[in-house]
Amino acid sequence: MRSRPSEYELVAPGKLSTVLDLLAKEPGVWMPIAGGTELMVQYGAGRLPARKLVSLWGLPELRGIESTAHEVLIGAGCTYTDLRKDPVVAREFPLLVQAASWTGSIANQNRGTLGGNIVNASPAADSLPALMVYEAELLLTSARGTRRIPYVEFHTGYKQTKLAVDEIISAIALQPRFSGYHGYSRKVGTRNAQAIAKLCLAGLGKISGAQIDDVRLAIGSMAVTPVRLRRTEEVLLAQPYSAVLMSEARQALESEVAPIDDIRSSALYRLHVAGNLLQEFVEGLFA
Amino acid sequence: MSKRDVSLTVNGTAYTVSVYPMERLLDVLRAKIGLTGTKEGCGEGECGSCSVLMNGELVNSCLVPVLQAEGATLCTIEGLAGENGLHPVQQAFLKCGGAQCGICTPGMVMATVHLLNNNPKPTLEQIREGLGGNLCRCTGYTRIFDAVAAAAGTRR
Repeated sequence: MRSRPSEYELVAPGKLSTVLDLLAKEPGVWMPIAGGTELMVQYGAGRLPARKLVSLWGLPELRGIESTAHEVLIGAGCTYTDLRKDPVVAREFPLLVQAASWTGSIANQNRGTLGGNIVNASPAADSLPALMVYEAELLLTSARGTRRIPYVEFHTGYKQTKLAVDEIISAIALQPRFSGYHGYSRKVGTRNAQAIAKLCLAGLGKISGAQIDDVRLAIGSMAVTPVRLRRTEEVLLAQPYSAVLMSEARQALESEVAPIDDIRSSALYRLHVAGNLLQEFVEGLFA
Repeated sequence: MSKRDVSLTVNGTAYTVSVYPMERLLDVLRAKIGLTGTKEGCGEGECGSCSVLMNGELVNSCLVPVLQAEGATLCTIEGLAGENGLHPVQQAFLKCGGAQCGICTPGMVMATVHLLNNNPKPTLEQIREGLGGNLCRCTGYTRIFDAVAAAAGTRR
């Protein structure tokens, strides 16, 4: 059943402070909408519960990518196209750019925003594992001010987050300190464009001598939230490559995720393929 | 909720339409402005039939609430042909047989125009990526990709 436009309200104040005042004045009443690539789908299908929406699209306060001495601040309203075009993001965070290129289609990348993708909190979102391995921080802004939290703590359950009702994500902060790392990302799905991932893994690692000096791994579309694979990382850390190590790492991975069964794939398939991707990442690291 | 006036420029003509702000740009183009060349396929941003250019960027007009197009410059399939006939991309689709039933064609052409505006000499891989959001259930895509290459002057 299609929605009736007459039953919905949408305002576009054009200024972030006005948006925040509105969210503060009537908390929980107004749903922010950015590029609409998720909410307009729900709306089109008659499944959008919010009746009052406030537009974040095109707010200049949310659209910039800024580099300071030790971090890159990506405005939450930056689109996937913005990320793909930015030379600093391309140089420092190639896994994020790779994931951006797998997200939806060109038309969706022109409208979908990184902040919107994080708030939407789909466990299958392509770019979220990359944000986890780069240890992103989120700037959460309301009329009360701005707070900063590690992204890895943001998701608390399926589509549940730490965002307060009067808050929006204003920016994503990333530290450009991974230039010497081997990066890995892979999306497993029916096709890269449009299809939602059955599984996506992002990995960063560094070898010193013959062993793993540093490693970060995160996986999407596996559990009810994207997951940082800390136990698997611990098993790999400070170890040389061996078949025994790989088998222990696979076991650690299987022990630290609660895989989902859904229309896209089964829990069993996900676990098996995740182990294969892990293997591919570690082999590439030592290659 | 009440209607309000939204102004936008479509194919070089300025329009002010009285709309509910959550009306889809697709519906406003088709029903209010009368430009029915833009098609609705899936209505959920998966198929690309409703592709238009908004301020030069390819978007799915089924996913744009019209209020977010306020002040925007839009180009639809009807805006491509000029006084001298069809746009070169349209001519290439005709020449190469890059259409069968035709429902996806306006979106395919708009995605091609957007691709070539940003990358005048795309590789086949880049063509496939540029049109990755546009689904065709008739042709099997080969002739569509041929048409894009022909329009770019890179067809072998």
